[in-house]
Amino acid sequence: MHVDKRLIKLAHNYRLTASISILSDLFAAFLTIAQAFYLSMIIDSVFLRSKSLNDVSNLIFILILVSVLKSLFIWLGQNSANKLAVNIKSNLRQKLTRHIFKLGPSYTKGEKSGEITNTVFNGIEKLEAYFSQFLPQLFLSALIPLLILIIVFPVDLLTGVVFLVTAPLIPVFMILIGKIAESMNRKQWKILNLMSGYFLDVIQGLATIKLFGRQRDIRKKIELVSDSFRISTMKVLRIAFLSALVLEILSTISIAIVAVEIGLRLLHGNLEFRQALFILILAPEFYLPLRQLGARYHAGMEGVSAAESIFKILKEPVKISSGKNTFNPGLAKNIKVEFQNVSFSYNNTKEAVKNLSFTLNPGTVTALVGKSGSGKTTTANLLLKFIENSTGKIIVNGMDLKTLSRNDWLKFVTWIPQNPYLFHESIKYNLQLAKPGATEEEIIDAARKADIHNFINSLAYGYETIVGERGARLSGGQAQRIALARAFLKNSPLIILDEPTANLDPQTELRLLRNIEMLTKNKTVLMIAHRLNTIKKADSILVYSNGEIVESGNYNELIELNGYFTKLIKSYSGEDE
Amino acid sequence: MSKQFLRVIKIAGKYKFWMLLASVTGFLTIGSSIGLMMTSAYIIAKAALHPSIAELQVGIVGVRFFGIARGVFRYAERYISHEITFKLLARFRVWFYDSIYPLFPSKLGKYRSADLLTRIVDDVENLEHIYVRVIAPPFVALLVLILMLVLFESFNLLYATIIIIFFLLAGVGVPLFSYFASKNIGTKLVLLQSRMNELIVDQIQGLPELLVFGQVESFNNEFDKTQKEFYSLQKKNAKISGATEALIGLLMSFAVITILYSAIPNVTNGLLDGVYLSVLVLGTMASFEALLPLPVAVQFLEQSNKSASRIFELTDTAKPSFPNTKEQPEPNDYSIKLKSVSFKYSGSNVVYDKLNLFIPQNKLTAIVGASGTGKSTLVNLITRFWDYDDGEIYIGNKNLRDFSPAGIAKIVSVVPQRTHLFNLSIKENIRFANPAATDEQIYNAAELANIHEFVLTLPNKYDELVGEQGLKLSGGERRRIALARAFVRNSPVLILDEPTADLDQFNEEKIMNNLHKLSQTHTVLIITHRLRHLNKAGIIYVMDKGQIVESGTHEKLMEQKGYYFTMLNLEKDLVV
Repeated sequence: MHVDKRLIKLAHNYRLTASISILSDLFAAFLTIAQAFYLSMIIDSVFLRSKSLNDVSNLIFILILVSVLKSLFIWLGQNSANKLAVNIKSNLRQKLTRHIFKLGPSYTKGEKSGEITNTVFNGIEKLEAYFSQFLPQLFLSALIPLLILIIVFPVDLLTGVVFLVTAPLIPVFMILIGKIAESMNRKQWKILNLMSGYFLDVIQGLATIKLFGRQRDIRKKIELVSDSFRISTMKVLRIAFLSALVLEILSTISIAIVAVEIGLRLLHGNLEFRQALFILILAPEFYLPLRQLGARYHAGMEGVSAAESIFKILKEPVKISSGKNTFNPGLAKNIKVEFQNVSFSYNNTKEAVKNLSFTLNPGTVTALVGKSGSGKTTTANLLLKFIENSTGKIIVNGMDLKTLSRNDWLKFVTWIPQNPYLFHESIKYNLQLAKPGATEEEIIDAARKADIHNFINSLAYGYETIVGERGARLSGGQAQRIALARAFLKNSPLIILDEPTANLDPQTELRLLRNIEMLTKNKTVLMIAHRLNTIKKADSILVYSNGEIVESGNYNELIELNGYFTKLIKSYSGEDE
Repeated sequence: MSKQFLRVIKIAGKYKFWMLLASVTGFLTIGSSIGLMMTSAYIIAKAALHPSIAELQVGIVGVRFFGIARGVFRYAERYISHEITFKLLARFRVWFYDSIYPLFPSKLGKYRSADLLTRIVDDVENLEHIYVRVIAPPFVALLVLILMLVLFESFNLLYATIIIIFFLLAGVGVPLFSYFASKNIGTKLVLLQSRMNELIVDQIQGLPELLVFGQVESFNNEFDKTQKEFYSLQKKNAKISGATEALIGLLMSFAVITILYSAIPNVTNGLLDGVYLSVLVLGTMASFEALLPLPVAVQFLEQSNKSASRIFELTDTAKPSFPNTKEQPEPNDYSIKLKSVSFKYSGSNVVYDKLNLFIPQNKLTAIVGASGTGKSTLVNLITRFWDYDDGEIYIGNKNLRDFSPAGIAKIVSVVPQRTHLFNLSIKENIRFANPAATDEQIYNAAELANIHEFVLTLPNKYDELVGEQGLKLSGGERRRIALARAFVRNSPVLILDEPTADLDQFNEEKIMNNLHKLSQTHTVLIITHRLRHLNKAGIIYVMDKGQIVESGTHEKLMEQKGYYFTMLNLEKDLVV
């Protein structure tokens, strides 16, 4: 059975709610038994003892009471089960989002991001059925039959024996068939996914289909694929459904056996009618929880597989030490950074950067140059405390970066990435982020400096426009300018910058470059540079190759060296002018 | 029931026989239970009177029969309804494909982007459950009700009336209660759910920004607040659905009690044989199984309705009218001419205002400019994906409007900016453009696209699967396969939108050379923002804000020292 220990442990924190849920269900079961008892009493009295309606009206009144109470307990049980599920879900999602913050951007970036997003919402929602349906049912399918057994045994030993013998057969069969069905189920899911995948592929490729005029062939293929999948899936299901068949037959046949058995003993006067009827009414209730477990088995399986991906994230170790010290840049508000033999590897295999040693001086621009994947971004990420160096030291104003609290350190850092992220909020919010409490004037001023104010003003809702809604999807170049405006607002002493390269029209592009120059004046600047002009102006250039700094110096020095840097630049600029 | 839902039923109507069969087996499953319980009750009640065993024989056979029958019918019902589900799925997919194909992309509004279209595919898949979850439950319940009426009426009309009343209360009243009670909550839940999703996307993708701007705490607060709201609504919803289940149970108890209440006097005064008292009670209890899925059916009905209206909103768009002629115009040459063409996408700014352009035959023509200036729109117009508002476009001496989109596809091959590779082998992806292509032709096309050698290094060579969206390959590899796909058709006109995006220097140069060679025998149009390697182009048009601002050969444009000159210098400045 799919009892994931980690999931049970989660429920353990909400013992009270879980107990209320199961106790309510047990009460409801107990009241069902009482219902059967009073029903059989009433019928017996009228049928065999010639009692009138008046004689049994008390019993009927009790029956009404019992029925109402039973429904109340069913309701309570469901509510508590749901409360349990909601509490666990909300707690787990909180843990998950907090942990993701700790893991940092190097964990969430790239292809994994879609999967993580999916786990944080849908994965956790899938636990609902596990906790509100499968888990209680699991307990009930053990407890209710037990309860009924305890009551039936003294009433009628033989029926008790029939129950006792047949009941374990259900889980045994379920496990037996379940094993076969499970692998088949899995196959079936795979097939189903393949089929959906094909259709999705077609829909996403509509343009291509149309461009090459293949409409009819594809239509035929959709039919064909669906058809052949249906046939092969039904083959699988034919067998998988046998489990349902066996379960049904087992429980109905058991009821039939009980009916015949008690009927025959009644006939011979070995049993009273009242008891017989009582048992007959209870018989379906005895098998019901086990059958329901079968129906909820799938929900349980889904929950377990969702839990797999949730715990995978939670188990991911945090590789960044949580420094506690606050950073104090001193009165001059200058930042000096020293890298001393810094190395880092993403997954303990190849080192992404090796033995980096350099100094960033206040008021200077240091340009990182190299092919993509040569370690420039890793260097920036180290300084941003998105990742942490395995060896060596990063010293900022004399303090080891490792000992600083990330939150505190980043207050002094501005970062302009190649693809800045804009939140599903207003443009104003997206700017104000950089300086909480910034006035309207400050925001507009920063937007002006970043050359994006006119664009924002042209939007229907101006600064209040929600990003991502109705045409307010900003282009790459516009997002970069928003990021620049953020940088102007933040106005911090250290700037880490990935030089923007969106292909804008020449005038806008030139203005953007000028604005960046304005921003970086008199700051400590680490710039991943892409432009010859920028590189020429940089105070110092670090040339990267395979994670190492192979050359350094200013432009003239490097040209004079006539080494890797010269080659690198020549290979890109193509034909001579 | 809404109009949309009826339309869905109509589309599904093709399988009414199957649906009827499944419902009948579903009914027989529950019917067997009713039979089992009523016969069992009969046996023991009869046995209590100590008759001869012979009198019980029929009942005993009946009990065994119903016991087995229920299992068998259940099996049949599950089998048939799954068959239906798959058939419906295929039916809805083909129908959806047929409906949107002619509308794509110009009439699809915001859904023309693949991402959004994907969302509506979920709606189509939602409809596959329409039989099992929405159509079957009320139908089965109705059949069970009829059975109960026939059975109970034979005892007394009053019992049948009681059954009708309680079936209506539990089968119509309770679902209606749950519908109205949860109506508002449902809408709010949907909103909050999408807000939660937004926040999660914001966290995962905006994680660096949240850290850098010290927003972690305020994000967490906002997140917790939203989640709390979301879950308090979910709890409310669960209370309602819990209540419906409890209510149906309560109604069952009350039905039993009411039956008892009205039958007991009849037993006392001899109108009803006391044997049947337990038969009626157990029959009533068993029949309520048919009512349990109804509240859920109402929820699914609502969901299917929403899906259906989103789908129909899309498919009901008027189809664009294209010439119905089977005849394909035969132009005297394959140059392309735009004569004062005006165009705007609906709901956005003007792209072209009286644009004139001539793309000569057997030459390499380039249209260059910054991103977002309307270069790619030209592809949409020439392929007739969109219809221009004003002016004329000619291919040779024939008006573009005389071609159907399929007719255009025959003579124009396009490599769009966003290429889509199907989850097939490399060979099948290239052959997609030209089903008649021989292997030899495929290899040749791949060589022209400079991908042949790479393919040979793969374990399965041309049979290598490219994965979903071609993601097993790099961007540059995908681009080159898309190029091969266009080359393999050998059509007279080739249009390439950013053909060298994602390509390295080496591949870029080779492919530009091949394009130049091809342009001696084909009309080749390149749309690009990268200016290097254009020096061999026959003519270069520089576009800014939908206007041609400069045109001429590379040399001429360099001499002018205008827009092109500045752009190229900026590009050259870009070194790494």
